[in-house]
Amino acid sequence: MINKIIINKKYIPLLVTIGLFLIMFGAGSLIYRGFFSIQVFLNLFIDNAFLCITAIGMTFVILSGGIDLSVGSIIALTTIVSAYLLEKANISPFIVLPLVLLIGASFGCFMGCLIHFFNIAPFIVTLAGMFLARGLCYLISIDAITITNDLYKSISIARIYLPGNTFISINVLIFLAVIIIAVILAHYTKFGRTVYAIGGNEQSAILMGLPVGRTKILIYTINGFLSSLSGVVFTFYMLSGYGLHAQGMELDAIASVVIGGTLLSGGVGYVLGTVFGVLILGIIQTLIMFQGTLSSWWTKIVVALLIFVFILLQRLFKLESDQKK
Amino acid sequence: MSNLKIKDYFKKFFTLSIFGSSPILWPLFFLILVLIFNLLFNKTFFHIEIKDGHLYGSMIDILNRATPLMLVSLGMTLVIASTGIDISVGAIVAISGAIAAKLIGGTLVLKGGVQEYVTLVPMPVAIITAILISTILGLWNGMLVSRVGIQPIVATLILMVAGRGIAQLITSGQIITIYYKHYFFIGNGFLLMLPFTLFIVSIVLIISLILTRKTAIGLFIESVGTNARATKYSGINSQNVILLIYAFSGFCCGIAGLIVSSNVKSADGNNAGLLLELDAILAVAIGGTSMAGGRFFFLGSIIGALLIQSLTTSIYAIGVPPEVTLVVKAIVVFILCLIQSETFRKKIFGKRLQGAH
Repeated sequence: MINKIIINKKYIPLLVTIGLFLIMFGAGSLIYRGFFSIQVFLNLFIDNAFLCITAIGMTFVILSGGIDLSVGSIIALTTIVSAYLLEKANISPFIVLPLVLLIGASFGCFMGCLIHFFNIAPFIVTLAGMFLARGLCYLISIDAITITNDLYKSISIARIYLPGNTFISINVLIFLAVIIIAVILAHYTKFGRTVYAIGGNEQSAILMGLPVGRTKILIYTINGFLSSLSGVVFTFYMLSGYGLHAQGMELDAIASVVIGGTLLSGGVGYVLGTVFGVLILGIIQTLIMFQGTLSSWWTKIVVALLIFVFILLQRLFKLESDQKK
Repeated sequence: MSNLKIKDYFKKFFTLSIFGSSPILWPLFFLILVLIFNLLFNKTFFHIEIKDGHLYGSMIDILNRATPLMLVSLGMTLVIASTGIDISVGAIVAISGAIAAKLIGGTLVLKGGVQEYVTLVPMPVAIITAILISTILGLWNGMLVSRVGIQPIVATLILMVAGRGIAQLITSGQIITIYYKHYFFIGNGFLLMLPFTLFIVSIVLIISLILTRKTAIGLFIESVGTNARATKYSGINSQNVILLIYAFSGFCCGIAGLIVSSNVKSADGNNAGLLLELDAILAVAIGGTSMAGGRFFFLGSIIGALLIQSLTTSIYAIGVPPEVTLVVKAIVVFILCLIQSETFRKKIFGKRLQGAH
């Protein structure tokens, strides 16, 4: 009996997040007419697929005790590189897609190497990476480039119809695939266990003989890859490339991870929690949209408030578990 | 052989400047490099003339424009010295400017046939309120870091996200234009032929230098940065030291916000102080303050801020798109990080250092 309660405790932050989501959705349905529909729910996925993909990458980084501030600019870089190559250089999308993903992954790999080999604090390295990627965007083009490529256009407007007269976009399929792979990666592979071990205590992880260096570099590479994948999805969504795209996205991603119940000190958290974190951000936006008179900057204040509450919760849990020891 | 000598010399220079008595040698060296570059490629750069009793020219312009960054970097220096980070500075700058603009407002009123600008509240009250609220916001950050025990980057992230929203709320989502002449003096005025902003920075710098070098506070801050736990055990109230540091950072941002809003004669909740946190961190890093905490150098940060501003201005002047500065800044940060990294030094110079002993 006691055992059961202790095991459940591990899931409390995750349950709080899911509960909060359900309460918000319920409240929205009660207050606003037309809110309670499957399409509104599905729109959360359609409008936030890119955020979710990059937030999942961020989950791995934060689980390992690091942080990555460069994701927003990598998304922008991906959109502008895709747009430039497709429109100005007339290169086939089948070359452009793998190329931009490769750029993102190698960008992440480069930062991971700096962090691991030279022992520099992650936030400084990724801060510089953020500058670099944004700067590169402007080097390519200062103005926004509209994408007229047929393949991109058709993917962008493609709708997959579900029963009940509802639909999702291709982006949602990509995002679902990412979730499934990420959950498997985090919970059922050696890599995932090593990530949790590094976040729990890096020194112990090294002493246990785990491949800490390789895993760390791999984490940042995966995050870079997911950021550029998110950039691709964002390109499908916006059909343009622009250096100012996704400004501040890194903060949204970190916020989703925190609201999703992942400990910022690393070692504790779930990929699924992050997904619900993103959905909560999305539902705040939807609620404010339905409300109509509140301006969009209220989103920021509410999100900050949520981050604050969740961090306080984390501290409480940590204090409690420390006392038990 | 000659190659070895150059490497030796470089090593000496490098160790001298980083560990020696004068850590500001490096940034000063880079600053001079930028100035020489300007001397060669930009003829009008060093041209200074007297117009309406003031000094005019690119150099003066750089000094004036760098002041908000200098102020924010002063606060950031102490924060980083305590192994913290404050990424909410840009948001606090925006809030401070918004409060001042909202309180002053300023309307044109006809008084007996004479046009006169009238403020909503007296200007000193508005200024003090803005600085006070910024300091309180800094205190809030400090509370979260020192009392609640949240990592600095996350604690200040909260205010960074919320701050822009709060600034927008104050300005009701619009850019507030200020119509009050006396307020413009803060950011655009001249005193003794020099920009008034320089005097503000000098006063803050002198006060902080006196406080940290002539009293025990400086030692406390350095010891908190070096080893917070040991500091606590030796009887120093490290929590209050951290609280004070973040409050000081908020205070500096408050003044910077006043300068920014006065300079552009308006308050923009969205764009005031945008990306300022990154520039400030960069300035502090360039200035020789270690990212690992401990030692700090106010003068270095000031020179770092100057370096960033002169870099930006020179890039503007030679006609390269200003966005390129981001790439340059990024490369500078990478190089600085590598130089400061113990592991990197060992890998590059390690064998030679051992051989020398």
